Amino acid sequence: MPASFYYGVEVMLNGLMAGVMYSLVALGFVLIFKASGIFNYAQGVMALFAAQTLVGIQTGIVPFSHMINAALGTKVHYFGWNVPTLISILLVVGVMIVFAILVERLILKHLVNQEPIILFMATIGLAYFMEGFGDLMWGAEIKTLDVGIPQGGNVFIEESTAFLGGDDFYGFYLDTLDIYATVAAVLLVTSLVLFSQYTKTGRALRAVADDHQAALSVGISLRTIWVIVWSIAGFVALVAGVMWGAKSGVQFSLSLIALKALPVLMLGGFTSIPGAIIGGLIIGVGEKMFEFLIGAPFLGGATENWFAYMLALIFLVFRPQGLFGEKIIERV
Amino acid sequence: MLYREVGDFKTTYRADGQTFPIAFDRWRYYVVLAFAFLVVPFIINDYWANAILMPFLIYAIAAIGLNILTGYCGQVSLGTGGFMAVGAYSCYKLMTGFPDLNILFCVLLSGVVTALVGMLFGLPSLRIKGFYLAVATLAAQFFLVWLFNKVAWFYNYSASGQINAPERTLFGYKITGAETSAPVTYLFCLVLVVVLAIIARNLTRGHLGRSWMAIRDMDIAAEIIGVNPLKAKLTAFGISSFYIGVAGALLFSVYLGAVEVGEVFGIQKSFLVLFMVIIGGLGSIFGSFAGAAFMVLLPVLLKNVLVGTLGWPTDIATHLEFAIVGLLIIVFLILEPHGLAQLWRVIKEKLRLWPFPH
Amino acid sequence: MKLKTLTAMALVGAMTAPFAATPAFADLVFPSLSYRTGPYAANGIPFADGYEDYFKLVNARDGGIGGEMVKVIECETGYNTEKGVECYESTKGEGALVYQPLSTGITYQLIPKSAADGIPLHTMGYGRTSAANGKVFNTVFNYPANYWNGASAVVNHLLDINDGDIKGKTLALVYHNSAYGKEPIRTLEELSKKHGFKLSLLAVDHPGQEQKSQWLQIRREKPDYVTMWGWGVMNATAIQEAANIRYPMENFIGVWWSGSENDVKPVGAKADGYKALNFHGVGDDFPVYDDLKKYVYDEGNATGAGDQHGTVLYNRGMYAAMLAVEAAKKAQEIHDTADITPAMMRDGMEALEITEEAMTELGLPNFGPAFKVSCENHGGPGLASVNQWDAKAGKWNQISDYAETDMDVIGGLIDEDSSAYAKENKVEEACS
Repeated sequence: MPASFYYGVEVMLNGLMAGVMYSLVALGFVLIFKASGIFNYAQGVMALFAAQTLVGIQTGIVPFSHMINAALGTKVHYFGWNVPTLISILLVVGVMIVFAILVERLILKHLVNQEPIILFMATIGLAYFMEGFGDLMWGAEIKTLDVGIPQGGNVFIEESTAFLGGDDFYGFYLDTLDIYATVAAVLLVTSLVLFSQYTKTGRALRAVADDHQAALSVGISLRTIWVIVWSIAGFVALVAGVMWGAKSGVQFSLSLIALKALPVLMLGGFTSIPGAIIGGLIIGVGEKMFEFLIGAPFLGGATENWFAYMLALIFLVFRPQGLFGEKIIERV
Repeated sequence: MLYREVGDFKTTYRADGQTFPIAFDRWRYYVVLAFAFLVVPFIINDYWANAILMPFLIYAIAAIGLNILTGYCGQVSLGTGGFMAVGAYSCYKLMTGFPDLNILFCVLLSGVVTALVGMLFGLPSLRIKGFYLAVATLAAQFFLVWLFNKVAWFYNYSASGQINAPERTLFGYKITGAETSAPVTYLFCLVLVVVLAIIARNLTRGHLGRSWMAIRDMDIAAEIIGVNPLKAKLTAFGISSFYIGVAGALLFSVYLGAVEVGEVFGIQKSFLVLFMVIIGGLGSIFGSFAGAAFMVLLPVLLKNVLVGTLGWPTDIATHLEFAIVGLLIIVFLILEPHGLAQLWRVIKEKLRLWPFPH
Repeated sequence: MKLKTLTAMALVGAMTAPFAATPAFADLVFPSLSYRTGPYAANGIPFADGYEDYFKLVNARDGGIGGEMVKVIECETGYNTEKGVECYESTKGEGALVYQPLSTGITYQLIPKSAADGIPLHTMGYGRTSAANGKVFNTVFNYPANYWNGASAVVNHLLDINDGDIKGKTLALVYHNSAYGKEPIRTLEELSKKHGFKLSLLAVDHPGQEQKSQWLQIRREKPDYVTMWGWGVMNATAIQEAANIRYPMENFIGVWWSGSENDVKPVGAKADGYKALNFHGVGDDFPVYDDLKKYVYDEGNATGAGDQHGTVLYNRGMYAAMLAVEAAKKAQEIHDTADITPAMMRDGMEALEITEEAMTELGLPNFGPAFKVSCENHGGPGLASVNQWDAKAGKWNQISDYAETDMDVIGGLIDEDSSAYAKENKVEEACS
């Protein structure tokens, strides 16, 4: 086998791992869409906010310090303590639950029964708000997130596979952080599936997803379910935020990962959890392989941004409801 | 009392079918037009023109365009930024390729080019619906931006990939380039806005507009009663893209003068225009203006108040601005999901009865 | 009613605000188009802090420039071109002397406007490179160095470490896929012909968090050297990825916008040895910092959070302010008035001369290259140094002197590009 073949395999492996990360973000979308029919654009900003809050709590940044300093002329920045990672993660989970409750109380409650596009716009408004609010609270500086996950190419895998492709092949390159992220994502997805299949709340969740009114009539509280769903989405956002934040620092661009999840949603269907996972893998592998085989050599590179969308678009023309989406039945 | 239609009799069908059937509305409309054409050009300065009025007028065109597609035909599009880029780049190619071509034709022809591209990307709408379509239009957004960034022909092989609008005149007045004067560019945009808005208003009241609305309300039912969905959707995409293309061309040539595609026509622009349409009111031409005014004025206003008047640090003001804009959007959607246009209708109802509540 | 009150408020507010802060024309106004928010906030903050702090120092220590107090008006652009226009229009009426747009996109936008309004632009190490030709770009200055100098400086550095021969070597350019990132390509292509090295181009899309494909390609192709034109999060990600594939850091050279603490610190110890270009000094080991401490920081007047002192971008902001102040002094000298106008400021910038002695006197010995601006050359000498990151000490070290770049190649390109602009926009080439 020539070295280029193994490099292709390497690109594919990396694509798979990138795909898992996309799935992770897409999962947050799917959960909310299933339970409340809302296309939650704020998911990306939620990831940013969660990561910011994590760093903020960990390193003891005084919330709103910039504002306080500007208003009162003081100079406070840090409390001067460091909270252990685990405790701060738990605290952030708490924050995200409070956030979910607030979203339900203040926004969703008032927008019941509105058209999907209005709800979508409300989440964009929410995204704007959180972007400003998060920066006001924690400051806009780039922050380093350290949760103790090592980074860098995995030497073991690299060395143990180097014999495969002759002299021109240096072994498979896999980032340790990506491996951790993959494991975390797989765990998260499995537990979510188990949760929704085997717990009472999970069943209620699925019931709501199937039919709001029927669910209401058997005594399921829609509002509780929404809070739960948004909390879970907040948790998923936290995991995504931690993984991406550990890679490139916690800063504004983190919120743009939402855009990477959209083609995954199209491909997998807005309502399907397995769809989000498989869609993520297809997109991850697809865009990396396209860049490797066609994009970089022939088109001048940087094709990844649009390729995923094009792939999904072409796919949708043949299957308008996505890979695993519910079949769209329309009646007059 | 303030607002009445009693005694406003129509004796011909033509009079009954006019755009503003109520005399008061009509007069208000004439007054606004007269003010915009006869007063504003004489009191305008550079700041007002470049920071407020020009973006308002240009975004109003874009918002009308998107409103045709989303508000009237029910097809949500997130590709507005990409289509505006098509308008801008075709305008640039036309301006540099045919230096003698009148700037007005450049702008309109760029609209035509954009319409063609828009129809191409509108084809999938026949199969894909709802949010799937919204996300699918993002394909257009990202692909077009990448294309204009990558293919050097579009920016005439300049070293950096920026496009600059050369100087062009109309009736001897400079419209584009460095030494334009505020009233001239303002009037140029204003004329285009008014003409395009009138056309849009009449299109939406006619056969085409009705078939769009039928598709929006329920496409299968519309198909059954004989509306051709292919024709309706594609014309909506085409005409909407024409408007958006014109807006993009103006944004580039008259307003900004130099453009880099990724920065100016990124995904943010698509969302911005969609905001305008929804805040203003889906399916309303007035709403497009109101939404554009809201989204252009609000940040400037907030900035001027927070930084200029209160003297806050700029970064805090900007963060706060984001939070406030987001908050206002949510509040608006909760209070009046159908936008400013609906609010205006409610006010009219109230005014009709005022001061007697019953 | 809501709508009405709202519009009324909007109108009144927007009407009054631009005029409310009616200028006290006695002050010398230096607008600072900063971005403390948005995708590049982390880089915009230190620059803006440094820029403003230096003016504060000048006010507090020297009582302004030639007796005239300096007023800095900060306007937030968020790296957004439209906001940039708004900022320009709202500040130009206040008597703004010189603009530092701090974004290539906004620069391109302001070039025609500044020519029409006669307000100079100073785009230090960014913006439109061919603006170095002052005959065409009368009001635009990009001294002391521009992107093309940067590209050449990278190649010169490679020549240095290879004893003058890089024939057959390979150089990969990792660039931000935008106007800014594409700037060096032309120069590097010319230089690759001249010196016989092989150039490969790797585009990274905004914002640049996803670079796995590019770095896997680098890992496969093993270029001898990698250079980078990145900004914002792209820098840190690239350095991280380079560390991940264990690319030798000393063979990785960034341009000056890819060489701040923000870029290397997130990567930690593995970033050790990363190189970046610069055109001014690093660290806070300069006498001017004593003055800053005495007159600004200890008075509690430090701009922003006050935690950026001595960082690369803070120094750059300070350097920009220093050059502006010197140009203003020059303008006062030429026109013999303390209250200068933008047109006089332009003359001052064109006659600017920075010498070793002047810099020492200002408390910035050897902080930047000595140079002289002229009408033919608005770009300065194009000297650049190379810095190297020492992760253990957590600081940049300057490892080479401010060195010449290949003006033979660059000059030709500048003439070509600027004359194309002159033709397209019907500008007469002239030195006034």
